[in-house]
Amino acid sequence: MEIDFSLPGHIVGIDLGTTNSLVAFMDLTGPRIVPGADGDKLVPSVVSVEPNGEVVVGNPARELLLTQPERTVYSVKRLMGRGLADVQEELKLFPFRIAPGSESVIHLQLNDHTYTPPEISALVLRQLKQNAEAYFGAPVPQAVITVPAYFNDAQRQATKDAGRIAGLEVLRLVNEPTAASLAYGLDKRKNGIVAVYDLGGGTFDISILKLQDGIFEVLATNGDTHLGGDDIDNLLLRIALEDIASEWKQDLSGDNEGVQRLRRAVIHAKEQLSFVPVTKIELEYRGKKYQREINRELFDKLITPIVDRTLGPCRNCIQDAGVRIDQIDEVVMVGGSTRIPLVLSAVENLFRVKPHTELNPDEVVALGAAVQAGILSGQVEDKLLLDVTPLSLGIETMGGVVSKLIHRNSTIPASATETFTTGVEGQRNVLIHVVQGERELVKDCRSLARFDLKDIDPMPAGMARIEVRFLIDANGILNVTARDQRTGKEHSVDVKPSYGLTDEQVEKMIQESIEKAELDFAARQVREFRVEADTILTAVEKARRHDAYFELTDAERAAIDKAVNELLLVYHADDHHLIAQKIEQLNQATTKLAENMMNTAVRGALKGTKI
Amino acid sequence: MSGANNCWQCQQSTGGQLFCPACQSLQPPPTDYYPLLGLERKLNLDPSQLQKRFYELSRLLHPDRFMRKPERERQYSLDASSILNDAYRTLKDPVKRAQYLLGQEGFDIGEQRSKDVPPELLEEVFELNMALEEMRGGDDSVRPQLEQAEKNFSNMLADVDRQLESLFGQYDASAARDTLAQIRGVLNRRKYILNLLGEVAKELAPSV
Repeated sequence: MEIDFSLPGHIVGIDLGTTNSLVAFMDLTGPRIVPGADGDKLVPSVVSVEPNGEVVVGNPARELLLTQPERTVYSVKRLMGRGLADVQEELKLFPFRIAPGSESVIHLQLNDHTYTPPEISALVLRQLKQNAEAYFGAPVPQAVITVPAYFNDAQRQATKDAGRIAGLEVLRLVNEPTAASLAYGLDKRKNGIVAVYDLGGGTFDISILKLQDGIFEVLATNGDTHLGGDDIDNLLLRIALEDIASEWKQDLSGDNEGVQRLRRAVIHAKEQLSFVPVTKIELEYRGKKYQREINRELFDKLITPIVDRTLGPCRNCIQDAGVRIDQIDEVVMVGGSTRIPLVLSAVENLFRVKPHTELNPDEVVALGAAVQAGILSGQVEDKLLLDVTPLSLGIETMGGVVSKLIHRNSTIPASATETFTTGVEGQRNVLIHVVQGERELVKDCRSLARFDLKDIDPMPAGMARIEVRFLIDANGILNVTARDQRTGKEHSVDVKPSYGLTDEQVEKMIQESIEKAELDFAARQVREFRVEADTILTAVEKARRHDAYFELTDAERAAIDKAVNELLLVYHADDHHLIAQKIEQLNQATTKLAENMMNTAVRGALKGTKI
Repeated sequence: MSGANNCWQCQQSTGGQLFCPACQSLQPPPTDYYPLLGLERKLNLDPSQLQKRFYELSRLLHPDRFMRKPERERQYSLDASSILNDAYRTLKDPVKRAQYLLGQEGFDIGEQRSKDVPPELLEEVFELNMALEEMRGGDDSVRPQLEQAEKNFSNMLADVDRQLESLFGQYDASAARDTLAQIRGVLNRRKYILNLLGEVAKELAPSV
């Protein structure tokens, strides 16, 4: 597909976060966040489906989490690119309603529909796309989207799929910590070694970069894709639920609405504790009150195990980067959870440098994504990102042992070539099992895909020579091509992803998403025409008491009554065309009445009397 | 007709350049690391010079720079930057660099039999294996012996690295196959010592 760059500046940068998402762009002075219609820069990554199938995203959906929790979903990023077996822990803590048939791709039940995580994320992305389009007054067809650096192939692919379903061409996936380093513009200050500590809502990343004359070379990255502010919320939530169980003699954990209200209360308290030494978790629910004081000392003690879980990956990353701690010149803090004082002091203690917190930790990733968009459009010429793959890539060999082809922390794009042959005379295909991970046995790594080399010419065992090239592209996504060494011809490869959607499934979802977008548009139109109908019906009812009404003929009054009744009949139908048509009919039936009223008004005005 | 050295885009002669002198299009990249980086086939390389070349070429070849180019050129950019990254990763490490050059010169490096004990180490390895066995059996009294072995093998590794350095210089002065054969021998010995060190370190490390 050829890319249309006729609209410079309209490649947006998107931070698709666990808790909040943002969209940004490059203007002439630098990166800038696009606010939503409500003026808020943050779009909560929450999606709610109304009983009529209408989709609500962002702040309004966050409110619906309280009143219709069973039709609302949040933190879906935790499920991206994962199979059912991977997410058992999350299912204990998050109110995800898993539909049957979710083994390799999870399906969430919302209302009477099921949605895969990429489809939910696509709804968030579509909202951001619309916000940007409203802001620019022009279409936004292309985006750079950020992902946690430690995301594996399937999680990246799922994010790319989400973009496609939302109608966006995803020009690049950028790692969140790397994007943040771009936004900080640290390259302007000096050359040196920088660590980026990124603790978000649901993921943790640490990256160490070398900055030299505008080149951002990532030396190593590490992290945990299931560690973030969510975990702190769940910890506090569990404590509050236990309190309530003993105080109220009532188990609230089965009450969706109660849990969501309590969750919001603990989040509020958590956020408060970043600024004040003591606060309260407060809940008023169904005539009962719960209150618990919590001070920072206790809070720190509670969350120490969570904060400590980030330090191991930091040490491993430093080691992999081949640097000593005292060689690290700067540390950059990213993600809302880095506002927590204990996190700040833990990072300062480890790196022995005062971390950078000048930029808003919620915005810095989106700003960096916009800078990367500027690099791709040619607007930013002095910077270049050289990122790495976070996990080693290997293939299954005899006895379930992994043979590593591309090691973790290799600069991407990275490639490796292997030659495969047949083991049996006349064998027509060779199956290659690709895994990601650091362990030696296949069962301890993550299955990525099975590639089937098909239609091999029948020949004696060991005679076929198929050269397979494994290439991790600049998005961190694996591409596999195969070539027959004897003939030099490209060999077909059939891909079966272990987790995630096939290309056909994505295509189908794109189609459905377009149809759904039309439905949503129709639903909005219905709402708007109903408002218009209300206005005209109220006006007509008022006019019936007006002198002008009595100047009408019986036939004219009958026509008005008929038009009013017909409008009322279609008012609750879900067809905006019909409502519009009946509004028009009533408009016409009342033309004479309106003229009469106007004339009376003019006459009244001429007489100088009030009507 | 387009020949091997003619630009795929404008058909002019490229003179073997990465970018066509006439139309600036990126050409299919060489797969050999040395010519891609524009370096002489030497075993001693200046790390800062290597990094400088790597950064310069990254700026020219990275896919980020080809978003607005035709599909075919984007593919060449992907190929070229993946080879460039592989090349930098390989050449910045002296051992990987030597292995690469040996492979390029037709030496069989895939068939190293690291299980074969170099004769001069035979006795030492025999004793070490006994000590390792006892340590695994829970006998902590051999710990000092293992620590001593670790020291010995570390010294040997340092020796080997000095030998390599000298052989690298020898090869760069006059590219003799004989020198390469010696380098292969030293590399095998090095690998063997590294494996032993790994074994010892594993037993000495506090069990988790």
